[in-house]
Amino acid sequence: MPLRWPRRLGLVGLALPWLLPYAWMVSTSFKTLPELVAAPSAPLPSGLNLDAYAAVFEAMPVGAYLLNTTLMALAIGLLQLALALPAGYALSKLSFRGRGLAFGLVVATLLIPAQVRFVPVFTLLAEVRLTNTMTALVLPFAVSALGTFLIRQALLSVPPQLIEAARLDGAGELTIIYRLLPPLLRPSLVAAFLFSFVYHWNDYFWPLVMTTDDSVRTLPLGVALLREQGTGVRWHIVMAGNVLLSLPALLLFALTQRQLIHAAAGKAAGR
Amino acid sequence: MKLLSPRRPTDPYLLLLPTLLILGCFFFYPLLAAGKLSLYSWDLLTPPRFVGLDNYRALWSEGLLLHSLELTLVFSLGVVTASTILGLALALLLNRPGRLAAFARASIFSAYIVSWVSVALLWLWILDADGGALNAALQRLGLPGWRWLSDPRLALPSLAAVTVWKLAGYAMILYLAGLQDVPAHLLEAAALDGAGRWQRFRHVTWPLLRPTTAFVTSTGAIASFQVFDVVRVMTQGGPMDHTNVLVYAIYEQIFLNLRVGRASALVVVFFLVLLGLTLWQLRLWLRREGAEGQSPPA
Repeated sequence: MPLRWPRRLGLVGLALPWLLPYAWMVSTSFKTLPELVAAPSAPLPSGLNLDAYAAVFEAMPVGAYLLNTTLMALAIGLLQLALALPAGYALSKLSFRGRGLAFGLVVATLLIPAQVRFVPVFTLLAEVRLTNTMTALVLPFAVSALGTFLIRQALLSVPPQLIEAARLDGAGELTIIYRLLPPLLRPSLVAAFLFSFVYHWNDYFWPLVMTTDDSVRTLPLGVALLREQGTGVRWHIVMAGNVLLSLPALLLFALTQRQLIHAAAGKAAGR
Repeated sequence: MKLLSPRRPTDPYLLLLPTLLILGCFFFYPLLAAGKLSLYSWDLLTPPRFVGLDNYRALWSEGLLLHSLELTLVFSLGVVTASTILGLALALLLNRPGRLAAFARASIFSAYIVSWVSVALLWLWILDADGGALNAALQRLGLPGWRWLSDPRLALPSLAAVTVWKLAGYAMILYLAGLQDVPAHLLEAAALDGAGRWQRFRHVTWPLLRPTTAFVTSTGAIASFQVFDVVRVMTQGGPMDHTNVLVYAIYEQIFLNLRVGRASALVVVFFLVLLGLTLWQLRLWLRREGAEGQSPPA
């Protein structure tokens, strides 16, 4: 049954509280300082003025921050998969003493978020002079309890005969783990990676407490600093930085919408 | 479940070694270390000094502990209630085929994907008392503007509203998934028996969504309990400590006051409350696990 116009408008109207703020962000980013001072809440800029973007690039090394953020999120996501595969394999497919205990330990870490860990990790890394390094940003997240759990769950549905057959063909355990299994676990691996990537790409807390140095600083941190540095009305510059910060996340969302939504919903339902 | 015997008896342990090593260094050691550090006075410059329970006593008598805990719980309760109701309402309204509904769903969910910093900066500008869009809109309607973030009574509710704006899309997606599991024939049968829209929702849909509601509220509670980014970017704990939630208080103790011991004592309290929340969530999850294989809370 096709919807009538008023109801169609109603559907879009529901999304307006989410769409208008984005529009306001983009609109502000194209304003100039005199415009902003004269009429701060004018809905539209006088034109597509790029001054604010130029100011962002002048205030911080956008390219370097972008590279740091992407490298960090990529390294974390890949490391998590690389470690979760063998761990999940051992936990779901092999019989050995202490299996229940090991699984319990992995699940228990769901209880220990970054906010609980950061004080001792900070003092530990400060002692070995590793704060302000990529290591400090990546290594504490090399294991994801949730990722390990999801991959273990997915492995439960892989028939053991398949692994036995591969063993008979002479495949070693590492070949089985890194060659045979990944294609079979693809949806779970993609979901685990995407969630981790987006989470860490967006993360503000950990880079904030672990870095003080430009060379390893990430984009969320840099953009948040834009606001702290400035005095007075510099909202056009802050919003330009904000467009640069949210655009990659929104683009990734547009490209992987179905996987991300399925992963979000599946996290609850175990599908 | 059929298990294979390992080729070499050491294989399983070697495969688990990297994972357990990381968990030991960066999860379990820090937890124990926080407990230990909470008994010391340490400014990161001079050697730590054992002080027993003094950190806890000081936090208690200064009122910071109770104040932060209360703020965090109130914030959490507000966020969970509002985002659950809003998420459910949006899911019910947008649970239909068609491109427009899909567009609306994606727009609302996108706030969940964008970073907390983006959301916080965006709303900092919208809620700005002088040039912000919200006050400008209110004035156009002939209403007075408010100091959303600097009025002590409004600051925490404003931060909660921003958090709800970000999380509602996630609750909506979970409810949409839950709605797929409501059998159409039950709703049709109820309709044939003369049940109206509200009655069908109240007596068929809502009871069947119970597990989803349990998941939405418990994950929301844990997420909102850890609130930090919006506070750091939007109010820095102010005005006059009215948004000084637990994680922000921890951050302030270590990085602004250089009091590692006090920060650790707050970490211990934070962990214990989180533990309570998670055990409650686990119970909800275990209760529903009997029927189907579900993944754990995250």
